[in-house]
This record gives sequence, structure tokens and C-alpha cells, in this order.
Amino acid sequence: MLTSVYCAIKPPYKLRPIVRQIQFIGANSLFVILFTGLFTGMVLGLQGYYTLAKFGSVGFLGGAVALSLIRELGPVLAALMVIGRAGSAICAEVGIMRNSEQIDALECMAIDPYKYLIVPKLVAGLIAMPLLTCIFDVIGILGGFMIGVQLFDVSAGAYFQGMYSSVVWLDIEMGLVKSVIFGLLLVWICAAKGFYLHREKGGGFGAEGVSRTTTSAVVLASVSVLVWDYLISAILL
Amino acid sequence: MTTDNEIVIELDQVEKSFNGQKVLDGVSLQVRAGTTTVIVGASGQGKSVILKHMLGLMTPDAGRVEVFGQDLQRASKRKLREIRSYFGVLFQNVALFDSMTVYDNIALPLRERTHDDEKSIRRNVEEKLALMGLEGHEAKFPAQLSGGMQKRVGLARALVLNPKVVFFDEPTTGLDVSKSNEIYRLFFETQARLNYTAVIVSHDVPKIFKLSDYVALMAKGQLQGCMSPEAFQLSDNPLIRSFVVETMGPIYSSETEESLLYEAL
Repeated sequence: MLTSVYCAIKPPYKLRPIVRQIQFIGANSLFVILFTGLFTGMVLGLQGYYTLAKFGSVGFLGGAVALSLIRELGPVLAALMVIGRAGSAICAEVGIMRNSEQIDALECMAIDPYKYLIVPKLVAGLIAMPLLTCIFDVIGILGGFMIGVQLFDVSAGAYFQGMYSSVVWLDIEMGLVKSVIFGLLLVWICAAKGFYLHREKGGGFGAEGVSRTTTSAVVLASVSVLVWDYLISAILL
Repeated sequence: MTTDNEIVIELDQVEKSFNGQKVLDGVSLQVRAGTTTVIVGASGQGKSVILKHMLGLMTPDAGRVEVFGQDLQRASKRKLREIRSYFGVLFQNVALFDSMTVYDNIALPLRERTHDDEKSIRRNVEEKLALMGLEGHEAKFPAQLSGGMQKRVGLARALVLNPKVVFFDEPTTGLDVSKSNEIYRLFFETQARLNYTAVIVSHDVPKIFKLSDYVALMAKGQLQGCMSPEAFQLSDNPLIRSFVVETMGPIYSSETEESLLYEAL
């Protein structure tokens, strides 16, 4: 991790590989983020409405949906979706490059594989994850609006006023901090698992080795996101 | 070729084990500038392991590997990268970047290691493509090429930065006779033009002897001799003799020896 950070700081800086990775990790994940964000918001609206209706406080629906999304579900679910879509691909790509001596070839050409392979992905993760999380949050809030306001006739004013009065800057900050850390964490775990495939227990040889390592990278990254989610919440609250 | 040439690579009593199995057991070798050194031997003897030590991809358990007078084990990452900037490598499985086109594969070292603009990179790549007879294939991906063409792309990539030392790991494995001859012809032409030092790992005996200045046999964890191909074929070393007989048939050092054999028959 430190080597990668050092390589990221050290010139020369090349923008094109970073932009390409932002497209891969960020833009190409947009559909899945929109889809999951919308349905997460809708289910929050549905569950929230029935729960709050028992206490006669459906006016809090907007705040409940927004807080759940901004503080927890947005960063966590967006990260889990990106792990499934891009993290697995990063691990498999780098792992296959390791297995077929392409990383050795880079080293023999005096091209730093950290700088060339890992750094653009890390920087892209850092930039793309907060953006994807924000999109997830906004779409989720609209999903909650569709269910709460359009389906159950909660007043639109109450929905947005509840949100406005309950969400403070600290909540948004917490969501952003989480998404930045998750972006760094998921790309680093998946890329490092692929990069050090040859050091895996059992050798990580062949197609089976790559698939096994990719599975373990996805599991490790997902678990790490949940553990770090708790730790960041505990620190920031 | 003279023995006075500067020593470019030196291995001194290099040892390496994998899972308790000793693959290199005191390997020593000197590679001199401008020469072609060929390491031959049966499969699984550790020839490629020697090459990986020279490239700094593996570190020895004991002994020393020096390239351009610098101990690779003690070299900093920056120094190692500087040493490698003089290298060109043709891997056994070619190790082309399979998500890139032929053009991008050859252009990569230029893009990453030089400040050349795209126009001069194109000129350089096209020159190498022409040298390797690969015109018209620049937009293809490695998987769309035959084995021989992949080797030629690998060779073009290895030579694109005019290296001082080029390593060839089994350059003709898996190729038919005419494709092998093509690779050897390209090797001969490019070495004459660029005057690089070559280290070749091969078991294509006796053909590889024609290209070599020095031949060494990897057997029993050690390099047996490093001598001219003629001396190698007539060596008294039982391991070299057995290898030569096995791969080339009996070679007789004198008429007396030959007649003795006939008498025995």
C-alpha cells in the first residue's frame, strides 16, 4: 500500500490511464449503482412507511430514508456493488498478468508495475467511489420518494422537510469519508490479491488459481468494507 | 569475440532451492560483452531459473549475481530499474500483453520509458514491425497471431529500445523448423546490427551452436563448462559428452577413437 501511495505521489503523472480506470470502475458501474440505489431507496421507503405509520410519524420518512442512505447504506452498498463488478475484474486481470509473466515482463522493461498497473486503479477508486456513492444516495432518496410520496401519499413537503431538518453536514461528511476509504480499500485488496497471486496458499496457479484468488479477494474486500464501516462509524460518531 | 571483452554478467557460486529441492547448486558463469552465451540442458534442470537470477526476478539463497559490476541483491530498486533499462527479454511464453494490440505491445516501452512523441514512436514501431516482417498485423491482438508471429512480436518488443543485453528463454520452443530458422535469422541480423550481448537458454541442439560464442551445459545443479561450441562438442566432461551424444549422436575427436568404435562393433 505504501509503495503504491509513494508511486502515486512520484512523477511522472499520467492522466490517461487514470481516466481509463475511472471509466472502468466508475462510469461502467453506473447502471448497477442506479439500479441498486433505486431499489434500496424504494425498499427503505416501503419498510420505513409501515414502521413509522405504527407510531403515526410518517413525516419522518424522508429523514429516515436519507440518513440510512447517506450514513450507511449508500457507501456500503455502493462499495459492495463495485467490489462485485470492478474489484473482481481487477483481481482477475492483474492475477492473469502475474500468471502469464506479463508483470515480470514489465519489470524487465524497467517499467514499475505498481506505477503502471496499481496506481491508476487506486486513484480511480479514490475518485470514483465518492461520486458513485453520491449518485447512489440521490437515486435512493428518489426511490424512497416514489414509494412514500407517490404510492403512500406522504406529503412531498413533509418528505423533503424531514430530510432537510434531520440531515446535517456531519452525516454527509461521514458518508464521503467512508466512500473514500472504501474506494481505496477495495481497489487495494483486489489489486494486491492479483499482484501477489504467486504467493497465495497453493500457488494460485492456472485458471483455477485465478478464480480461487478472485473469490477470496471479493470476500476479503466485502468483509473489510463492513468491518471498516463499523470502525469509521465508531470513530466519527 | 575475445576473452578480453568486459564482463557484463557474472554469477558466482549461485545456489537456489525450491521446496527443499536444490535447483542451482553453485552455478558460476561469466558473460562477456558483445558475445552470445548459450545455456543448454535437459528440461527441468534450472536453465530458466539462471536467467531469472540474471534478470533480478529471483534472488539467490547463496552466492552472488553481478550485472554491469553491480550486485543485484544489494542494488536498490532504482538501481535495479536502471540496470534493467539496458535489458531486452524474450520470454519462453513470450509474455505479450494480451489485452493490447501488437502495435501497443511494441510501443509500450517507448511510451513508458522515453519522452518520444507519438509520431516518433510510430516511426520506431513501424521500423521494428518491418524488420520482423509483421507489417499489416499491428492492429491484431496476440491471441490472433501464430506462435512464430508472437515470438517475432516479442523480439520486436525486446529490441525496441536498443538494449545492451538481450535474454532469450527458449526462443524456438513450439515452433516448426522453418519458423525456428526465421527466429534464428532475425536474431543473427539484429545482433549484427545492434551488437548486443545475448544470453540464450535453449535445447535446440545442434542448431543453436551456430549462433553461439560460448556454450554451457546445465546439469546436476551446476553449469558444466562454458566454452566454444567446437570445444563443447569435443569436451571430455562426461556430462557434456553424454549430452552431446544424446542430442547429436556420437562425435569423434580423432580417427583413432572412431576406428576403435568400429572395432568394438
